Amino acid sequence: MTRRASEIDEQITWQEITPGGEICEGGTARAIRTGAWRQNCPVWDERKCKQCLLCAPFCPDSSIPVTDSRRGEFDLDHCKGCGICWQVCPFEAIHMVKEGEE
Amino acid sequence: MSIRDRLSGNEAVAYAMRQINPDVFAAFPITPSTEIPQYFAQYAADGKVDTEFVTVESEHSSMSTCIGAEAAGVRAVTATSSCGLAYMYEMLYVAASARLPITLACVNRALTGPININNDHSDSMGARDTGWIQIYAENNQEAYDNYLQAMRIAETPDVRLPIMVCQDGFITSHAVENIELEEDEAVKAFVGEYEPENYLLKHENPLAVGPYDTSPYYMEHKVQQAQAMKNAKRAILDVAAEFERTFGRKYGLFEEYQMEDAEAAIVLIGSTAGTAKMCVDQMRARGEKVGLIKLRVFRPFPAEELAQALSKVKTAAVMDKSEGFSGCGGPVFADTRSACYDLKNRPRLINIVYGLGGRDCAVEDIERVFEYLLRIGRTGEDGPVYIHMGQRSSEKEVF
Repeated sequence: MTRRASEIDEQITWQEITPGGEICEGGTARAIRTGAWRQNCPVWDERKCKQCLLCAPFCPDSSIPVTDSRRGEFDLDHCKGCGICWQVCPFEAIHMVKEGEE
Repeated sequence: MSIRDRLSGNEAVAYAMRQINPDVFAAFPITPSTEIPQYFAQYAADGKVDTEFVTVESEHSSMSTCIGAEAAGVRAVTATSSCGLAYMYEMLYVAASARLPITLACVNRALTGPININNDHSDSMGARDTGWIQIYAENNQEAYDNYLQAMRIAETPDVRLPIMVCQDGFITSHAVENIELEEDEAVKAFVGEYEPENYLLKHENPLAVGPYDTSPYYMEHKVQQAQAMKNAKRAILDVAAEFERTFGRKYGLFEEYQMEDAEAAIVLIGSTAGTAKMCVDQMRARGEKVGLIKLRVFRPFPAEELAQALSKVKTAAVMDKSEGFSGCGGPVFADTRSACYDLKNRPRLINIVYGLGGRDCAVEDIERVFEYLLRIGRTGEDGPVYIHMGQRSSEKEVF
Protein backbone atom coordinates (compact mmCIF):
# COMPACT_ATOMS: atom_id res chain seq x y z
CA MET A 1 0.00 0.00 0.00
CA THR A 2 1.18 3.51 -0.76
CA ARG A 3 0.95 5.82 2.23
CA ARG A 4 2.52 9.23 2.80
CA ALA A 5 4.60 9.79 5.94
CA SER A 6 2.07 12.39 7.09
CA GLU A 7 -0.59 9.64 7.11
CA ILE A 8 1.43 7.50 9.55
CA ASP A 9 1.31 8.43 13.21
CA GLU A 10 1.20 6.63 16.56
CA GLN A 11 -2.51 5.90 16.13
CA ILE A 12 -2.10 3.82 12.96
CA THR A 13 -3.10 0.13 13.20
CA TRP A 14 -1.03 -2.85 12.07
CA GLN A 15 -3.46 -3.40 9.20
CA GLU A 16 -2.89 0.14 7.89
CA ILE A 17 0.83 0.65 8.46
CA THR A 18 3.15 0.21 5.46
CA PRO A 19 4.91 -3.18 5.12
CA GLY A 20 8.40 -3.19 6.61
CA GLY A 21 8.04 0.46 7.59
CA GLU A 22 8.41 1.67 4.02
CA ILE A 23 7.98 5.41 3.63
CA CYS A 24 6.65 6.45 0.25
CA GLU A 25 8.29 9.89 0.02
CA GLY A 26 11.64 11.55 0.56
CA GLY A 27 12.84 14.21 3.02
CA THR A 28 10.51 13.14 5.81
CA ALA A 29 13.10 13.97 8.50
CA ARG A 30 11.84 17.55 8.15
CA ALA A 31 8.60 16.55 9.83
CA ILE A 32 10.34 15.32 13.00
CA ARG A 33 11.38 18.01 15.51
CA THR A 34 14.69 16.53 16.57
CA GLY A 35 15.80 19.92 17.95
CA ALA A 36 14.08 18.88 21.18
CA TRP A 37 17.23 16.86 22.07
CA ARG A 38 19.29 20.09 22.28
CA GLN A 39 21.07 21.08 25.53
CA ASN A 40 23.08 24.00 24.18
CA CYS A 41 21.67 26.53 21.79
CA PRO A 42 23.53 28.65 19.20
CA VAL A 43 22.77 32.37 19.07
CA TRP A 44 23.49 34.31 15.87
CA ASP A 45 24.64 37.93 16.07
CA GLU A 46 23.60 39.37 12.71
CA ARG A 47 25.63 42.59 13.29
CA LYS A 48 28.94 40.71 13.58
CA CYS A 49 28.13 38.28 10.73
CA LYS A 50 29.98 38.98 7.46
CA GLN A 51 27.88 36.40 5.55
CA CYS A 52 31.01 34.42 4.73
CA LEU A 53 28.76 31.30 4.87
CA LEU A 54 31.41 29.08 6.46
CA CYS A 55 28.93 27.93 9.11
CA ALA A 56 26.24 26.59 6.76
CA PRO A 57 28.17 23.72 5.07
CA PHE A 58 29.71 22.71 8.43
CA CYS A 59 26.29 22.27 10.05
CA PRO A 60 25.68 18.48 10.24
CA ASP A 61 21.92 18.98 10.42
CA SER A 62 21.36 21.51 7.62
CA SER A 63 19.96 23.82 10.30
CA ILE A 64 21.40 27.05 8.85
CA PRO A 65 19.13 28.03 5.96
CA VAL A 66 20.78 29.96 3.11
CA THR A 67 18.68 31.99 0.70
CA ASP A 68 20.11 34.12 -2.12
CA SER A 69 23.65 33.64 -0.79
CA ARG A 70 22.74 34.90 2.70
CA ARG A 71 22.21 32.86 5.83
CA GLY A 72 19.17 33.39 8.01
CA GLU A 73 18.13 32.44 11.56
CA PHE A 74 18.90 28.93 12.87
CA ASP A 75 16.34 26.20 12.22
CA LEU A 76 15.91 25.33 15.90
CA ASP A 77 13.43 22.54 15.10
CA HIS A 78 16.38 20.49 13.88
CA CYS A 79 19.56 22.04 15.39
CA LYS A 80 21.11 19.68 18.01
CA GLY A 81 23.30 22.39 19.55
CA CYS A 82 26.59 20.67 18.66
CA GLY A 83 28.43 24.05 18.47
CA ILE A 84 30.39 23.34 15.27
CA CYS A 85 29.10 26.61 13.73
CA TRP A 86 30.34 28.49 16.79
CA GLN A 87 33.78 26.84 16.46
CA VAL A 88 34.20 27.61 12.74
CA CYS A 89 32.84 31.18 12.74
CA PRO A 90 35.88 33.52 12.13
CA PHE A 91 33.98 36.61 13.33
CA GLU A 92 32.56 35.51 16.70
CA ALA A 93 29.11 36.03 15.26
CA ILE A 94 27.82 32.86 16.97
CA HIS A 95 27.89 32.02 20.68
CA MET A 96 26.36 29.19 22.67
CA VAL A 97 23.95 29.44 25.61
CA LYS A 98 22.34 26.78 27.80
CA GLU A 99 19.07 25.70 26.23
CA GLY A 100 16.22 27.82 27.55
CA GLU A 101 18.45 30.46 29.14
CA GLU A 102 18.29 33.14 26.50
CA MET B 1 6.02 -31.39 -22.80
CA SER B 2 8.27 -32.38 -19.94
CA ILE B 3 11.88 -33.26 -20.72
CA ARG B 4 13.34 -36.47 -19.26
CA ASP B 5 16.86 -35.88 -18.02
CA ARG B 6 19.19 -36.88 -15.20
CA LEU B 7 20.63 -34.15 -13.03
CA SER B 8 22.02 -33.64 -9.55
CA GLY B 9 19.96 -31.53 -7.16
CA ASN B 10 22.36 -28.61 -7.53
CA GLU B 11 22.20 -28.85 -11.34
CA ALA B 12 18.41 -28.96 -11.16
CA VAL B 13 18.26 -25.75 -9.10
CA ALA B 14 20.79 -24.00 -11.36
CA TYR B 15 18.74 -25.16 -14.37
CA ALA B 16 15.58 -23.68 -12.83
CA MET B 17 17.44 -20.43 -12.16
CA ARG B 18 18.55 -20.25 -15.81
CA GLN B 19 14.97 -20.75 -16.95
CA ILE B 20 13.71 -18.03 -14.61
CA ASN B 21 16.58 -15.66 -15.54
CA PRO B 22 16.60 -13.63 -12.30
CA ASP B 23 17.89 -10.05 -12.38
CA VAL B 24 20.61 -10.47 -9.76
CA PHE B 25 22.53 -13.49 -8.44
CA ALA B 26 24.74 -12.72 -5.43
CA ALA B 27 27.26 -15.54 -5.32
CA PHE B 28 29.61 -16.85 -2.69
CA PRO B 29 30.73 -20.50 -2.68
CA ILE B 30 30.34 -22.92 0.22
CA THR B 31 30.13 -26.70 0.19
CA PRO B 32 27.77 -28.33 -0.76
CA SER B 33 25.92 -25.45 -2.48
CA THR B 34 28.95 -24.23 -4.48
CA GLU B 35 27.86 -25.95 -7.69
CA ILE B 36 24.75 -23.79 -7.94
CA PRO B 37 26.63 -20.51 -8.53
CA GLN B 38 29.25 -22.51 -10.48
CA TYR B 39 26.73 -23.85 -13.00
CA PHE B 40 24.98 -20.48 -13.09
CA ALA B 41 28.28 -18.65 -13.77
CA GLN B 42 28.64 -20.84 -16.87
CA TYR B 43 25.13 -19.90 -18.01
CA ALA B 44 26.02 -16.23 -17.48
CA ALA B 45 29.35 -16.61 -19.34
CA ASP B 46 27.57 -18.36 -22.23
CA GLY B 47 25.01 -15.57 -22.49
CA LYS B 48 22.12 -17.88 -21.60
CA VAL B 49 20.93 -15.44 -18.93
CA ASP B 50 21.22 -11.68 -18.63
CA THR B 51 21.49 -11.80 -14.84
CA GLU B 52 23.85 -9.46 -13.00
CA PHE B 53 26.17 -12.06 -11.46
CA VAL B 54 27.74 -10.42 -8.41
CA THR B 55 30.70 -12.23 -6.88
CA VAL B 56 30.82 -10.93 -3.33
CA GLU B 57 33.38 -11.49 -0.56
CA SER B 58 31.09 -13.14 2.01
CA GLU B 59 27.58 -14.43 2.63
CA HIS B 60 26.78 -11.37 4.73
CA SER B 61 27.41 -9.43 1.53
CA SER B 62 25.57 -11.86 -0.74
CA MET B 63 22.43 -11.43 1.34
CA SER B 64 23.02 -7.67 1.54
CA THR B 65 23.32 -7.58 -2.25
CA CYS B 66 20.04 -9.46 -2.58
CA ILE B 67 18.37 -7.04 -0.16
CA GLY B 68 19.58 -4.00 -2.09
CA ALA B 69 18.59 -5.47 -5.44
CA GLU B 70 15.19 -6.67 -4.32
CA ALA B 71 14.45 -3.31 -2.66
CA ALA B 72 15.43 -1.62 -5.92
CA GLY B 73 12.65 -3.60 -7.58
CA VAL B 74 14.23 -6.68 -9.16
CA ARG B 75 14.40 -10.40 -8.51
CA ALA B 76 17.46 -11.42 -6.52
CA VAL B 77 18.65 -14.94 -5.70
CA THR B 78 21.50 -16.63 -3.89
CA ALA B 79 22.54 -20.06 -2.69
CA THR B 80 24.33 -21.16 0.45
CA SER B 81 24.88 -23.83 3.11
CA SER B 82 25.81 -24.23 6.75
CA CYS B 83 28.19 -21.52 8.02
CA GLY B 84 27.34 -19.41 4.98
CA LEU B 85 23.73 -19.26 6.10
CA ALA B 86 24.88 -18.56 9.65
CA TYR B 87 27.02 -15.69 8.38
CA MET B 88 23.90 -14.22 6.73
CA TYR B 89 21.98 -14.41 9.98
CA GLU B 90 21.63 -10.68 10.65
CA MET B 91 20.69 -9.96 7.04
CA LEU B 92 18.13 -12.80 6.93
CA TYR B 93 16.10 -10.84 9.48
CA VAL B 94 16.55 -7.62 7.50
CA ALA B 95 15.32 -9.32 4.32
CA ALA B 96 12.24 -10.70 6.05
CA SER B 97 11.33 -7.61 8.05
CA ALA B 98 11.82 -5.34 5.03
CA ARG B 99 9.41 -7.76 3.31
CA LEU B 100 11.69 -8.51 0.37
CA PRO B 101 10.78 -11.75 -1.46
CA ILE B 102 14.34 -12.98 -2.08
CA THR B 103 14.85 -16.62 -3.06
CA LEU B 104 17.64 -18.56 -1.36
CA ALA B 105 18.62 -22.09 -2.39
CA CYS B 106 19.74 -23.68 0.87
CA VAL B 107 21.69 -26.91 0.51
CA ASN B 108 21.47 -28.26 4.03
CA ARG B 109 24.71 -29.03 5.81
CA ALA B 110 25.73 -29.42 9.45
CA LEU B 111 26.90 -26.35 11.30
CA THR B 112 30.35 -26.28 12.82
CA GLY B 113 31.54 -27.59 15.15
CA PRO B 114 33.29 -29.82 15.07
CA ILE B 115 33.64 -28.83 11.46
CA ASN B 116 31.66 -31.10 9.18
CA ILE B 117 30.51 -30.70 5.58
CA ASN B 118 27.82 -33.38 5.47
CA ASN B 119 24.10 -33.20 5.67
CA ASP B 120 21.81 -32.38 8.51
CA HIS B 121 19.29 -29.58 8.99
CA SER B 122 21.01 -27.54 11.69
CA ASP B 123 21.72 -24.62 9.32
CA SER B 124 18.17 -23.88 8.16
CA MET B 125 16.62 -24.97 11.46
CA GLY B 126 18.81 -22.37 13.16
CA ALA B 127 17.24 -19.81 10.84
CA ARG B 128 13.68 -20.95 11.49
CA ASP B 129 12.78 -17.81 13.46
CA THR B 130 14.18 -15.32 10.92
CA GLY B 131 10.83 -14.85 9.18
CA TRP B 132 11.71 -16.76 6.01
CA ILE B 133 9.37 -19.23 4.37
CA GLN B 134 11.05 -22.65 4.36
CA ILE B 135 10.26 -25.42 1.89
CA TYR B 136 12.14 -28.74 1.86
CA ALA B 137 12.68 -31.30 -0.87
CA GLU B 138 12.89 -35.09 -0.67
CA ASN B 139 14.68 -35.50 -4.00
CA ASN B 140 16.01 -33.64 -7.04
CA GLN B 141 12.61 -33.42 -8.70
CA GLU B 142 11.17 -31.73 -5.65
CA ALA B 143 14.16 -29.38 -5.39
CA TYR B 144 13.48 -28.31 -8.99
CA ASP B 145 9.70 -28.09 -8.59
CA ASN B 146 9.92 -26.22 -5.27
CA TYR B 147 12.27 -23.72 -6.86
CA LEU B 148 9.84 -23.10 -9.72
CA GLN B 149 7.09 -22.37 -7.20
CA ALA B 150 9.17 -20.33 -4.77
CA MET B 151 9.03 -16.86 -6.30
CA ARG B 152 5.30 -17.00 -6.94
CA ILE B 153 4.75 -17.80 -3.26
CA ALA B 154 7.22 -15.23 -1.91
CA GLU B 155 6.01 -12.41 -4.19
CA THR B 156 2.30 -12.90 -3.45
CA PRO B 157 1.19 -9.36 -2.45
CA ASP B 158 -0.19 -10.29 0.98
CA VAL B 159 2.88 -12.46 1.68
CA ARG B 160 5.96 -10.55 0.49
CA LEU B 161 8.42 -12.70 2.43
CA PRO B 162 11.76 -14.22 1.45
CA ILE B 163 11.83 -17.94 0.78
CA MET B 164 14.38 -20.67 1.44
CA VAL B 165 14.24 -23.66 -0.89
CA CYS B 166 16.05 -26.42 0.98
CA GLN B 167 17.49 -29.74 -0.12
CA ASP B 168 19.79 -32.23 1.60
CA GLY B 169 23.48 -31.60 1.04
CA PHE B 170 25.21 -34.30 -1.03
CA ILE B 171 22.30 -36.73 -0.65
CA THR B 172 20.23 -34.80 -3.17
CA SER B 173 22.55 -31.94 -4.14
CA HIS B 174 25.25 -34.20 -5.60
CA ALA B 175 23.41 -37.42 -6.39
CA VAL B 176 22.28 -37.65 -10.01
CA GLU B 177 18.70 -38.79 -10.42
CA ASN B 178 16.12 -39.01 -13.17
CA ILE B 179 14.16 -35.80 -13.39
CA GLU B 180 11.37 -34.25 -15.42
CA LEU B 181 12.29 -30.74 -16.51
CA GLU B 182 9.85 -28.30 -18.03
CA GLU B 183 10.22 -26.24 -21.21
CA ASP B 184 11.84 -22.83 -20.77
CA GLU B 185 8.80 -20.99 -22.12
CA ALA B 186 6.41 -22.92 -19.88
CA VAL B 187 8.56 -22.13 -16.83
CA LYS B 188 8.81 -18.44 -17.72
CA ALA B 189 5.04 -18.29 -18.22
CA PHE B 190 4.42 -20.03 -14.89
CA VAL B 191 6.85 -17.96 -12.83
CA GLY B 192 5.99 -14.65 -14.51
CA GLU B 193 7.59 -11.27 -13.89
CA TYR B 194 8.26 -9.59 -10.55
CA GLU B 195 6.06 -6.53 -10.27
CA PRO B 196 6.37 -4.93 -6.83
CA GLU B 197 3.98 -2.12 -6.00
CA ASN B 198 6.75 0.16 -4.73
CA TYR B 199 10.50 0.00 -5.13
CA LEU B 200 13.51 2.26 -4.73
CA LEU B 201 13.97 2.96 -8.43
CA LYS B 202 10.32 3.86 -9.07
CA HIS B 203 10.95 7.42 -10.14
CA GLU B 204 7.47 8.81 -9.61
CA ASN B 205 7.23 7.50 -6.06
CA PRO B 206 10.46 7.83 -4.06
CA LEU B 207 10.70 5.25 -1.29
CA ALA B 208 12.64 4.79 1.94
CA VAL B 209 13.24 1.12 2.90
CA GLY B 210 14.26 -0.19 6.30
CA PRO B 211 13.93 2.96 8.41
CA TYR B 212 14.53 3.04 12.16
CA ASP B 213 11.37 1.78 13.84
CA THR B 214 10.61 3.23 17.25
CA SER B 215 8.59 1.31 19.82
CA PRO B 216 5.28 3.01 18.89
CA TYR B 217 5.56 1.35 15.43
CA TYR B 218 7.68 -1.83 15.76
CA MET B 219 4.97 -4.06 17.22
CA GLU B 220 2.57 -3.19 14.38
CA HIS B 221 5.19 -4.19 11.82
CA LYS B 222 5.85 -7.49 13.59
CA VAL B 223 2.15 -8.36 13.76
CA GLN B 224 1.90 -7.54 10.07
CA GLN B 225 4.88 -9.81 9.36
CA ALA B 226 3.30 -12.61 11.41
CA GLN B 227 0.09 -12.22 9.41
CA ALA B 228 2.11 -12.41 6.17
CA MET B 229 3.57 -15.73 7.33
CA LYS B 230 0.06 -17.02 8.05
CA ASN B 231 -1.03 -15.86 4.58
CA ALA B 232 1.89 -17.78 3.07
CA LYS B 233 0.16 -21.08 3.85
CA ARG B 234 -2.70 -20.23 1.51
CA ALA B 235 -0.30 -18.89 -1.12
CA ILE B 236 1.76 -22.11 -1.01
CA LEU B 237 -1.38 -24.18 -1.61
CA ASP B 238 -2.64 -21.86 -4.38
CA VAL B 239 0.68 -21.97 -6.22
CA ALA B 240 0.89 -25.75 -5.75
CA ALA B 241 -2.60 -26.14 -7.23
CA GLU B 242 -1.64 -24.10 -10.27
CA PHE B 243 1.64 -25.99 -10.55
CA GLU B 244 -0.29 -29.25 -10.63
CA ARG B 245 -2.68 -27.92 -13.29
CA THR B 246 0.28 -26.73 -15.39
CA PHE B 247 2.87 -29.46 -14.94
CA GLY B 248 0.92 -32.34 -13.40
CA ARG B 249 2.94 -32.87 -10.23
CA LYS B 250 1.09 -32.50 -6.93
CA TYR B 251 2.38 -30.68 -3.84
CA GLY B 252 0.94 -29.68 -0.48
CA LEU B 253 2.10 -28.57 2.94
CA PHE B 254 3.22 -32.14 3.63
CA GLU B 255 2.91 -35.53 2.00
CA GLU B 256 0.97 -38.32 3.69
CA TYR B 257 2.22 -41.78 2.77
CA GLN B 258 0.08 -44.75 3.79
CA MET B 259 -1.53 -42.73 6.56
CA GLU B 260 -5.22 -43.70 6.00
CA ASP B 261 -5.31 -46.51 8.59
CA ALA B 262 -1.85 -46.08 10.12
CA GLU B 263 -1.44 -46.82 13.81
CA ALA B 264 2.20 -45.74 14.00
CA ALA B 265 3.61 -42.81 12.06
CA ILE B 266 6.90 -41.08 11.47
CA VAL B 267 7.13 -37.34 10.80
CA LEU B 268 10.31 -36.12 9.15
CA ILE B 269 11.78 -33.71 6.61
CA GLY B 270 13.84 -34.22 3.47
CA SER B 271 15.60 -37.11 1.76
CA THR B 272 15.10 -39.60 4.61
CA ALA B 273 11.50 -39.75 3.41
CA GLY B 274 12.64 -41.95 0.50
CA THR B 275 14.21 -44.40 2.94
CA ALA B 276 11.15 -44.27 5.19
CA LYS B 277 8.76 -44.93 2.27
CA MET B 278 10.68 -48.07 1.38
CA CYS B 279 10.43 -49.18 5.00
CA VAL B 280 6.69 -48.44 5.08
CA ASP B 281 6.22 -50.53 1.92
CA GLN B 282 8.14 -53.46 3.39
CA MET B 283 6.27 -53.36 6.70
CA ARG B 284 2.89 -52.87 5.01
CA ALA B 285 3.61 -55.98 2.92
CA ARG B 286 3.66 -57.98 6.13
CA GLY B 287 0.55 -56.27 7.49
CA GLU B 288 1.96 -53.63 9.81
CA LYS B 289 -0.12 -50.44 9.89
CA VAL B 290 2.62 -47.85 9.55
CA GLY B 291 2.68 -44.52 7.71
CA LEU B 292 4.83 -41.50 6.99
CA ILE B 293 4.32 -37.76 7.00
CA LYS B 294 6.96 -35.88 5.07
CA LEU B 295 6.88 -32.20 5.93
CA ARG B 296 7.42 -30.06 2.85
CA VAL B 297 6.68 -26.70 4.44
CA PHE B 298 8.26 -25.99 7.82
CA ARG B 299 7.70 -22.20 7.87
CA PRO B 300 4.84 -21.42 8.05
CA PHE B 301 4.34 -24.51 10.20
CA PRO B 302 1.18 -26.40 9.11
CA ALA B 303 0.05 -26.94 12.70
CA GLU B 304 -3.70 -27.57 12.28
CA GLU B 305 -3.29 -29.74 9.19
CA LEU B 306 -0.50 -31.80 10.74
CA ALA B 307 -2.42 -32.32 13.98
CA GLN B 308 -5.39 -33.52 11.95
CA ALA B 309 -3.19 -35.94 10.01
CA LEU B 310 -1.83 -37.34 13.28
CA SER B 311 -5.19 -37.43 15.07
CA LYS B 312 -5.88 -41.09 14.31
CA VAL B 313 -2.51 -42.69 15.00
CA LYS B 314 -1.69 -44.23 18.38
CA THR B 315 2.00 -43.39 18.34
CA ALA B 316 4.26 -41.19 16.29
CA ALA B 317 7.97 -40.45 16.15
CA VAL B 318 9.09 -37.03 15.03
CA MET B 319 12.54 -37.38 13.55
CA ASP B 320 14.73 -34.30 13.79
CA LYS B 321 17.85 -34.01 11.65
CA SER B 322 19.17 -31.24 13.88
CA GLU B 323 19.80 -31.17 17.61
CA GLY B 324 18.50 -27.77 18.65
CA PHE B 325 19.93 -28.13 22.16
CA SER B 326 16.72 -27.25 23.92
CA GLY B 327 17.51 -30.18 26.23
CA CYS B 328 14.07 -31.63 25.51
CA GLY B 329 13.91 -32.34 21.78
CA GLY B 330 14.52 -30.99 18.32
CA PRO B 331 12.66 -28.14 16.58
CA VAL B 332 10.35 -30.26 14.40
CA PHE B 333 9.31 -32.19 17.51
CA ALA B 334 8.62 -29.02 19.49
CA ASP B 335 6.30 -27.63 16.84
CA THR B 336 4.62 -30.97 16.11
CA ARG B 337 3.95 -31.74 19.75
CA SER B 338 2.63 -28.21 20.27
CA ALA B 339 0.34 -28.65 17.25
CA CYS B 340 -1.07 -31.89 18.67
CA TYR B 341 -1.84 -30.43 22.10
CA ASP B 342 -5.30 -29.24 21.02
CA LEU B 343 -6.37 -32.66 19.75
CA LYS B 344 -9.03 -34.47 21.79
CA ASN B 345 -7.20 -37.77 21.36
CA ARG B 346 -3.53 -37.06 21.18
CA PRO B 347 -1.14 -39.69 19.84
CA ARG B 348 1.81 -40.60 22.01
CA LEU B 349 4.71 -38.63 20.54
CA ILE B 350 8.41 -39.30 20.81
CA ASN B 351 11.35 -37.43 19.35
CA ILE B 352 14.29 -39.05 17.63
CA VAL B 353 17.30 -36.91 16.78
CA TYR B 354 19.20 -38.67 14.00
CA GLY B 355 21.50 -38.26 11.02
CA LEU B 356 23.64 -35.44 12.42
CA GLY B 357 26.65 -34.44 10.35
CA GLY B 358 25.86 -37.02 7.67
CA ARG B 359 25.34 -40.03 9.98
CA ASP B 360 23.57 -42.56 7.78
CA CYS B 361 19.96 -43.57 8.31
CA ALA B 362 19.06 -46.85 6.63
CA VAL B 363 15.77 -48.68 6.06
CA GLU B 364 16.60 -50.91 9.07
CA ASP B 365 16.96 -47.83 11.29
CA ILE B 366 13.51 -46.62 10.29
CA GLU B 367 12.19 -50.14 10.83
CA ARG B 368 13.49 -50.18 14.39
CA VAL B 369 11.65 -46.90 15.01
CA PHE B 370 8.39 -48.31 13.65
CA GLU B 371 8.81 -51.54 15.64
CA TYR B 372 9.34 -49.48 18.80
CA LEU B 373 6.27 -47.32 18.04
CA LEU B 374 4.10 -50.38 17.41
CA ARG B 375 5.33 -51.97 20.63
CA ILE B 376 4.67 -48.98 22.87
CA GLY B 377 1.31 -48.55 21.12
CA ARG B 378 0.44 -52.15 21.95
CA THR B 379 1.79 -52.34 25.49
CA GLY B 380 1.40 -48.74 26.62
CA GLU B 381 4.84 -49.01 28.23
CA ASP B 382 6.60 -45.88 29.38
CA GLY B 383 9.91 -44.77 27.97
CA PRO B 384 12.00 -41.75 27.13
CA VAL B 385 10.50 -39.04 24.95
CA TYR B 386 13.71 -37.46 23.68
CA ILE B 387 15.97 -40.04 22.06
CA HIS B 388 19.09 -39.99 19.91
CA MET B 389 19.64 -42.61 17.23
CA GLY B 390 22.74 -43.82 15.40
CA GLN B 391 25.44 -42.93 17.95
CA ARG B 392 27.89 -45.47 19.37
CA SER B 393 27.31 -45.98 23.06
CA SER B 394 28.78 -47.92 25.96
CA GLU B 395 25.30 -48.12 27.47
CA LYS B 396 22.14 -49.80 26.27
CA GLU B 397 20.21 -47.28 24.19
CA VAL B 398 16.63 -47.29 22.91
CA PHE B 399 18.00 -47.54 19.35
